[in-house]
Amino acid sequence: MIGLGLRLLTATAVAALAFALPASAQDKVKIGYAISKTGPNAGGASITQIPNYEMWVKDVMAKGGLKVGDKRLPIEVIEYDDRSNSEEALRAVERLVTEDKVDLLFPPWGTGLNLAVGPAFNKYGYPQLAFSAVTDRAPDLAKRWPNSFWLLGTSKQYVDALTGLLKKMRDEGKIGPNIAMISISDGFGIDLSQAARKGFTDAGFKLAYDKSYPIGTQDLSPLIGEAQRSGADTFVAFSYPPDTMALTEQSKVASYAPKVMFLGVGVGFPMYAQRFGANVEGIMSLGGWSKDNANTAAYAKKHEEMFKRGPDRWGSQIGYASLQMLEQAIERVGKIDRAAIIKELQTGTFDTVLGKVKLVDNMMQDNFWLIGQWQDGFFAGVAPQRAGVGTPVVPKPAWKN
Amino acid sequence: MLFEVTLSGVTLGGMYALVAMGLTLQYGVARIMNLSYGELLIAAAFAALWFYSGLAINPLIGLVVVPPIAFALSYAIYRILVQPLVSRAKTRDALEVDSILATFGLLFVIQGVMLALFGGAYFSYSFLAVPLKIAGATVAANRLLALLLAVAIGLGLYLGLTRTRIGTAVRAVAVDPVAAQLVAIDVRTASALAFALGGALVAAAGVLVSMFLTFNANLGVVFTLKALVVVIMGGVGNLLGALIAGLILGLVENYVAVFVDPGLTLAATYAIFLLVLLVRPQGILGRSSR
Repeated sequence: MIGLGLRLLTATAVAALAFALPASAQDKVKIGYAISKTGPNAGGASITQIPNYEMWVKDVMAKGGLKVGDKRLPIEVIEYDDRSNSEEALRAVERLVTEDKVDLLFPPWGTGLNLAVGPAFNKYGYPQLAFSAVTDRAPDLAKRWPNSFWLLGTSKQYVDALTGLLKKMRDEGKIGPNIAMISISDGFGIDLSQAARKGFTDAGFKLAYDKSYPIGTQDLSPLIGEAQRSGADTFVAFSYPPDTMALTEQSKVASYAPKVMFLGVGVGFPMYAQRFGANVEGIMSLGGWSKDNANTAAYAKKHEEMFKRGPDRWGSQIGYASLQMLEQAIERVGKIDRAAIIKELQTGTFDTVLGKVKLVDNMMQDNFWLIGQWQDGFFAGVAPQRAGVGTPVVPKPAWKN
Repeated sequence: MLFEVTLSGVTLGGMYALVAMGLTLQYGVARIMNLSYGELLIAAAFAALWFYSGLAINPLIGLVVVPPIAFALSYAIYRILVQPLVSRAKTRDALEVDSILATFGLLFVIQGVMLALFGGAYFSYSFLAVPLKIAGATVAANRLLALLLAVAIGLGLYLGLTRTRIGTAVRAVAVDPVAAQLVAIDVRTASALAFALGGALVAAAGVLVSMFLTFNANLGVVFTLKALVVVIMGGVGNLLGALIAGLILGLVENYVAVFVDPGLTLAATYAIFLLVLLVRPQGILGRSSR
């Protein structure tokens, strides 16, 4: 019975599909992407990026397809694993364009891979909406490759926002002039710690401890001990997710509770709050959410329903917004004309989960929070200063057991 | 402060030793260079996570349940996948090449299954992350547990291998499989047992490590590499050697991190490794085989 029912169902579906397909040139939109499903980048890619791709495709299909002109076209997705390798990513992009002949490309995960595939996206004229890359070269890159968009901003933006916060706290007498900083010796950590070294000293702070550690370090207690002994009451770590977890746990074990505790990637991950519970209170990091934004709240709820876990509180919402921008740009252009889509992305104003977005020089302007802090179980944006900004809590409350 | 750094170095070293002990059995006794070793460790970590967050079962119970499963699984892998290679290998070197290729394939199978089940995201949970005070220095209970278990397993297996009949048979196989056969030792069974025991050990390590490290399905190779360094440094097949080598690496890493520069820990690790290879190529407690 079930078998027969299933066969009947398939037959109907096939017939319906055959019926629905018009005999025009464009009967579907092919979207391709190469992303790290394995290798060291897979952790970040599977939390921040891949869910957004899957969710957006599902959302668009639920509306009946991607609106191109007066039709809604189904989306066909072609996905490759770049194995966290830039040559592999480049090869996959070339293949997607020349062999699979995709209409649109989604970007890979991370700063390194987005830089690696940049020339290929540019050569073939595909829009590159990078939302997991932080680089100070973003303004130059946007000039060199006008098809590339650097939505997550530059290291300097984050450091300036953080320095501004710390300066205010120091001037109010809430923290002292010494900072202990550690960073991972990999792209992200090197970039941000360089910017921070300059930013902090220019603002009159003193780096009482400033060291980098290799990727894959499994015991961070020596660094925590040294930071503790340095006497600094502000601790800044530009760390990757596994280290962010270890730093939090080992600081708690060592009862190291600086007045300001700023950690790197991972603080905004759903697993962070899950693992540390009430102890996340007061911890700061990159990113942040608006408490009063109903759109992002709905987005988070949908994300949770679809993937059984919430979105990353840093890059995720920006990623989903970038896909909404692409969708609206295509709708306005009315056909898959990539040059016109790029032009529309550069100049148009878009309605996204983040609110109204209008890019300037291919970058977002004040559309999202740069620095966030866990407050009452919510990762609230506390910088830069604009409407809806949260007040940072200092000192960070003591660890609870 | 020196004591505190030493203590944290010893616990880190204990973890390294624990991670390496299974490999030293598999490589040293069963002569199988198991490249999927780290994947098995991660699989055990996932099992512990699933027990803890899915079924609310204490990871300490997982520590009792998971290793026997891994033992059975490793035994089956040996009998099905590795035994044919052993039978057809003309020399020990040929077996080593074949086993590397076969377990390289196995690596992707295990990794693929984990990716299909759990995806590539990071996972972690908190268990026994409580500070213990030892003579004024603080250490995390979960890390200390890993150290204690490493010492217990190292000593226990050492005694088992040197004081029991079957242990002696296993050691005989490690030294010379052909001659062992001549004195009526069942080489196949001894090798399979050693391989399976190695699998049980790495599973125990995986459960313990999952209590304090953040992991994902792709992290296996990190542990395989670390274990290989420890095994070769300590002397292939020597459990006490693995314990000593692991402790040396942990101490050096933490001393360098505090007194020199944390950026140089990797360099220091490999400098020590190189030094051992130059001075004692057979490893700290290894016997020169030829």
